[in-house]
Amino acid sequence: MERIPILKMGRYLLVTVQVDMHDRLAMTLQDDLTNQIVEHKARAVLIDISTLEIVDSFIGRMLANIAAMSRVLDAMTVVVGMQPSVAITLVELGLSLKGVYTALNVEKGMEFLTTSLSGEDGADAGNTG
Amino acid sequence: MPVIRDELMQVRASDDIVRVRQMVRALAVELGFGLVDQTKIVTAASELARNTLDYGLGGTTLMEVLEENSRIGLRITFEDNGPGIADIDLAMTDGYTSGRGLGLGLSGAKRLSNEFTIESRVGEGTRIAITRWKGR
Ligand SMILES: Nc1ncnc2c1ncn2[C@@H]1O[C@H](COP(=O)(O)OP(=O)(O)O)[C@@H](O)[C@H]1O
Ligand SMILES: [Mg+2]
Repeated sequence: MERIPILKMGRYLLVTVQVDMHDRLAMTLQDDLTNQIVEHKARAVLIDISTLEIVDSFIGRMLANIAAMSRVLDAMTVVVGMQPSVAITLVELGLSLKGVYTALNVEKGMEFLTTSLSGEDGADAGNTG
Repeated sequence: MPVIRDELMQVRASDDIVRVRQMVRALAVELGFGLVDQTKIVTAASELARNTLDYGLGGTTLMEVLEENSRIGLRITFEDNGPGIADIDLAMTDGYTSGRGLGLGLSGAKRLSNEFTIESRVGEGTRIAITRWKGR
């Protein structure tokens, strides 16, 4: 079955969404992430959407679901690389992505996580992977 | 209003939504829409095509290139023979969903378009048309 790869970097998980996501793929990703957060005791999930040309409410709901489920498992979610045209459109669509942190790119996202999680076990995990 | 070109697509499965998005994007690019305008019309089309599939039980998407008083527009019409919408005002309310969505598809698609029309009859189906004009 087609899947979106999840990369483990220390105690962070990195997902790069590269294809125009259809429904099954989005559902599989949510399940895979839940399992891997538990398995690797991940502290955070970074979702790189820089190649996504649009985010509609279906993808928005998937991102919000991933964030909510991560929170329950005590992991943070950072969405990175959203294109400006996508961000502008999301506002007009009315989608607020509550509870989802955003960063310009993967590097900035990692910096944000390192700061947010400093003092915890997972704080330096991003560099060790 | 003169239609200078049209494309009809079926919406029967979730992969068809991807194809609708790609076709709308290709037309918007060809017509010279700016990146933000392209993104808005593709996003609106994605929302409405999904509704056609999820609530309308499948249907069609008609894309038409319009030319009126030397301006160029893209009109997309979504049609299904599904259950119809009993209360259109309610359905258009931000956050209202009868399913498991975010309830932003109809209201959001309207905001993302220059023109929006909706007709629906219970037991007969739904027709929604959006238009975006180039450079407005
Ligand atoms: N083509 C359609 N046929 C029947 N009902 C529809 C159709 N499109 C939308 N609806 C109704 O309008 C509601 C709101 O739609 P929308 O704003 O896209 O939100 P969502 O898809 O998240 O439910 C839907 O939950 C559904 O009840
Ligand atoms: Mg919808």
